Amino acid sequence: MTLKTPSDVAFARQAAARAMGAIGASAIKTTKFVTAVSEIARNAVIYGRGGVISFTQTGPSGRQSVIAVCTDRGPGIEDISAAIADGYSTGKSLGLGLGGAKRLVDRFEITSSSRQGTKVTLECGPR
Amino acid sequence: MPNEVTISSIIINDYERVLTEWLKVQSAEGVKRTDLVSGKESEQQSRDLLSAMAKAMPKEATDDNLDLAEPGWEPVRDALETIAENRTQRGVSTTEMGWFIGALKQPLFKILQGEIGEKPRILMREIWNVTRLIDQISLHAIETLVSKREAIIERQRAEMTEVAAPVVKIWDSIVTVPLIGTLDSFRAQTVMENLLDAIVQWEAEVAIIDITGVSTVDTMVAQHLLKTAAAVRLMGAECVICGISPKIAQTVVNLGVELPNIVTRVDLESGLAYAFERVGVIAGRG
Ligand SMILES: Nc1ncnc2c1ncn2[C@@H]1O[C@H](COP(=O)(O)OP(=O)(O)O)[C@@H](O)[C@H]1O
Ligand SMILES: [Mg+2]
Repeated sequence: MTLKTPSDVAFARQAAARAMGAIGASAIKTTKFVTAVSEIARNAVIYGRGGVISFTQTGPSGRQSVIAVCTDRGPGIEDISAAIADGYSTGKSLGLGLGGAKRLVDRFEITSSSRQGTKVTLECGPR
Repeated sequence: MPNEVTISSIIINDYERVLTEWLKVQSAEGVKRTDLVSGKESEQQSRDLLSAMAKAMPKEATDDNLDLAEPGWEPVRDALETIAENRTQRGVSTTEMGWFIGALKQPLFKILQGEIGEKPRILMREIWNVTRLIDQISLHAIETLVSKREAIIERQRAEMTEVAAPVVKIWDSIVTVPLIGTLDSFRAQTVMENLLDAIVQWEAEVAIIDITGVSTVDTMVAQHLLKTAAAVRLMGAECVICGISPKIAQTVVNLGVELPNIVTRVDLESGLAYAFERVGVIAGRG
């Protein structure tokens, strides 16, 4: 789904919650994943000139997890490890989104370049 | 009057007074969209909703077990259906719908304060019950309104659940505002401005922000809460944030957000207990 406006971010959160519901995830894991998605989706809107996010399920039945992939074609992040560090922001916000999202999920991957934009992958299991 | 004053007994026995006060607050808050819904219609709708509540209340729980889906609440759900139908046709927004119902809190608080003001603990319990009930009715009304707008695409729906709620005065120098739905976009700003205005208007010392109805607290919401608390403090008042569920607390900690100098409480009841202590209504907790 497309991410262009703040209401798209809200929509992505709802989709994230539904995906977690589909794998029978616990309430706490769902809240964590939804929050992480909110951070990444909002970054794509604010810094990445808008993007796209998709949700898929993987793994054996009974122990499935949800994967969110968020990509944008924005300017990219020059120094990824600096951006992940707590408190780093080029905006006027808290600078906790990337680091926080990383701590909230089971797997976090980010790649970024000025040519291709930014891609963030989040994976979260049910418990 | 029965010997115990509760929200149910007030709505059942003090029906006319509640209605009159409610209509008064509606016009004071400017939620009576007289351009869209006539004063007469508004009054009729208010009357219908209140009597539906009075009908349901003797049978249904208004405490922790409150569940609007219970069969006994059917009259209320029906009344909301009719009101939503009418208001959808008139193009009333979700925010206006939220304010319309939210305006019912102030009169109920006022009557409660008058009736059981000398029993702060019972009062606190009833304030909590009123808040939960009105917020749920309000949310149900908004959901009904939204689902009636079939024309809108699902995408827009996400934002529809963003609701601005009115700030209400609970007690001399205590104001409270519930945050419901998602806090993206400019509504966060509106809530803050309303709260600051209310602090000035009512010379409040404590502002309680109830986030029970907020499903996600991400860094943007957290930053907004921090900003609001700082602004409240600048006005010489104190900010209490309540309704932080265990899963939200854990998530906020994982995010690395710190809320220094902000008083937080699990639910509205303990938030109120703290506020009452602060303004000297009760000394210490028991
Ligand atoms: N999708 C993106 N495209 C470009 N830059 C980004 C993107 N996401 C994050 N950034 C950069 O990383 C910084 C840190 O992001 P984050 O941790 O979410 O904090 P914040 O959003 O508060 O600035 C941002 O200020 C921005 O400079
Ligand atoms: Mg961010």
